[in-house]
Amino acid sequence: MSEHEYTPKSKVGKWFNDRLPLLTLANHLTDYPTPKNLNYWWTFGGILTFCLITQIITGIILGMHYVAHADLAFQSVEHIMRDVNYGWLIRYVHANGASMFFLAVYIHIFRSLYYGSYKSPREVIWIIGMLIYFLMMATAFMGYVLPWGQMSFWGATVITNLFSAIPLVGDSITTWLWGGYSVDNPTLTRFFSLHYLFPFLILGLVVLHIWALHVPGNNNPIGIEIKKPSKDTVPFHPYIVIKDLFALLIFLIIFAFFVFFSPNILGHADNYIEANPLVTPAHIVPEWYLLPFYAILRSVPDKLLGVIAMFAAIFVLVILPWLDTSKVRSTVFRPIYKQFYWFLVADVLILGYVGAMPAEGIYLLIARIATAYYFAHFLIILPFLGMKEKTAPLPLSITEPVLGGSADMAMAKNNSDFKEKL
Amino acid sequence: MKKFFKLISFLILISSLIISNANAAGEKQELLKVDWSFKSFFGKFDRASLQRGYQVYSEVCASCHSLKHLSYRNLAEKGGPEFTELEAKAIASNFEVTDGPNSEGEMFERPAKLSDKFVMPYANVQEAIAANGGAYPPDMSVLVKARGGGANYIYSVLMGYEDPPAGMELDDGVYYNKYMYGNKIKMASPLDDDIVEYADGTKATVDQMAKDVTTFLQWTAEPHLETRHKMGFRVIIYLTVLTILVYFSMKKIWSRIETKV
Repeated sequence: MSEHEYTPKSKVGKWFNDRLPLLTLANHLTDYPTPKNLNYWWTFGGILTFCLITQIITGIILGMHYVAHADLAFQSVEHIMRDVNYGWLIRYVHANGASMFFLAVYIHIFRSLYYGSYKSPREVIWIIGMLIYFLMMATAFMGYVLPWGQMSFWGATVITNLFSAIPLVGDSITTWLWGGYSVDNPTLTRFFSLHYLFPFLILGLVVLHIWALHVPGNNNPIGIEIKKPSKDTVPFHPYIVIKDLFALLIFLIIFAFFVFFSPNILGHADNYIEANPLVTPAHIVPEWYLLPFYAILRSVPDKLLGVIAMFAAIFVLVILPWLDTSKVRSTVFRPIYKQFYWFLVADVLILGYVGAMPAEGIYLLIARIATAYYFAHFLIILPFLGMKEKTAPLPLSITEPVLGGSADMAMAKNNSDFKEKL
Repeated sequence: MKKFFKLISFLILISSLIISNANAAGEKQELLKVDWSFKSFFGKFDRASLQRGYQVYSEVCASCHSLKHLSYRNLAEKGGPEFTELEAKAIASNFEVTDGPNSEGEMFERPAKLSDKFVMPYANVQEAIAANGGAYPPDMSVLVKARGGGANYIYSVLMGYEDPPAGMELDDGVYYNKYMYGNKIKMASPLDDDIVEYADGTKATVDQMAKDVTTFLQWTAEPHLETRHKMGFRVIIYLTVLTILVYFSMKKIWSRIETKV
């Protein structure tokens, strides 16, 4: 990183900083040179940090009142909703906060897909991000089980049963996960324990995610490598801080509408019925943010292959930096990829929609086509397109307009910039 | 700013997609729609309707349906039916609860107090099922939230008793209901005109009682609904003002450089 050497002004500050360079870190974070052309899609990193902290704080408070026991969990949630001071507020913020967290993470991921933020030299940021996303799904799933309503119970049954598809040891693994021969009290208590643990793992990964980001610095909507600091960058504080704050406030207004005026619209009504192992709900559906994967799971007729397809759907994202062979980052300069990008967005939305529908008839057919297209996008279209596509000329810097130079020239420049850094 | 509006409209599109998706599951028969006083941003409960609703619950529903998450003190709390404390105490004292053990180690019966939970009509689920021809009368505490369609669904089921369509065979103790899932219900139509006599002189039509008891059940499911609406309104005003202030601060700060924000 090309930053000036920082020395604290006060004697005490210098003494402390020589022993633990916290002030250097703070200085790095405020001075951090950020591309000045970042658009609002780049504000979701800050929003996501806010979401994580909100979930952790509300979650810790809920944990003080919640009882992780099959006979008492549902009742304790009602106790929170009725008798705990502002318990209803804390619970509704936590429950809707999960949805808002996922809404933000999906925008964050699709922003990265659009602007090629996962490409060299940012592969590690991307992979850590995917780990965070995976842990988020696991955490959210286990959190949904805790109220011990019908959807909690049956969702847990369906998902844990997936592991029984593993040949030979599947049944043993499922029994081990359950802590018994069905989803029951031991399952609930371990889910509670892990639901408490995972957010802190996510927090650790978020630190690594940001650290890895601060090595090459932010990508930007043009996608070209820029010199940092330079006339193309602004210091993180106050420019990006105030912009992130503005976006966060807009996000909070939408969040508040859900919490105060439609707190249950994103949940399933069945989860207000106490868990009953003897009564299966008509349709078992996961929370909306897991629906695309649920659709992929159900679109494969074989159970084991379905499970493999579901995990593969996440795994193709992890290896995406090597599947996308195009050297041009931003979709702005990739006219053909741009169309495929929007096809993918539509495809994932369709998968989400059919994931909520019964797996039969036309829905099943659509799910199968959409699943096939999902994998085709990553495994066929992306590698092939990167080699064939004729990209538009890249500008040389953010402030300079396109100088008529070919994309290759700009790329050559980028590469040499990057090598300089190394 | 144009980009910004694009982002906002995108966010709204996505959230509405999610909502329509969440609502898409199920729901075949179009439910009866009522213009509830507790809907909308400023929605409040109709206090008189809540009190009448409690009367319908206690005289009609309570013989089979429990309200196990509620306490008698809730009846006197703000935002609910708001009976006076004396009235709530009088209601509670009509019920016997088992307490103890006392200093002799014996359990004993005493009249219920404000702090007690609502006394359940049956000792346990099995007894409730046995007494109701094999169907469990669900606890009503959060029933409105536990059914897709919410208050409209509860109201519709209460209003939905009809003669079965020609060719439909119903077993003994099974009734036809237009809005019930599967159209079969093991609860006979609970409401008849003038089955209760309202203290405030309101005419006890089936429609009136159905509305009142549904309002009451909306309150039992969401006892803090009024506080929530009130606080939500303030929160959104606060956030909007703050957003505007931050927007102008941002403009000011970014005006130091030539890039638009």
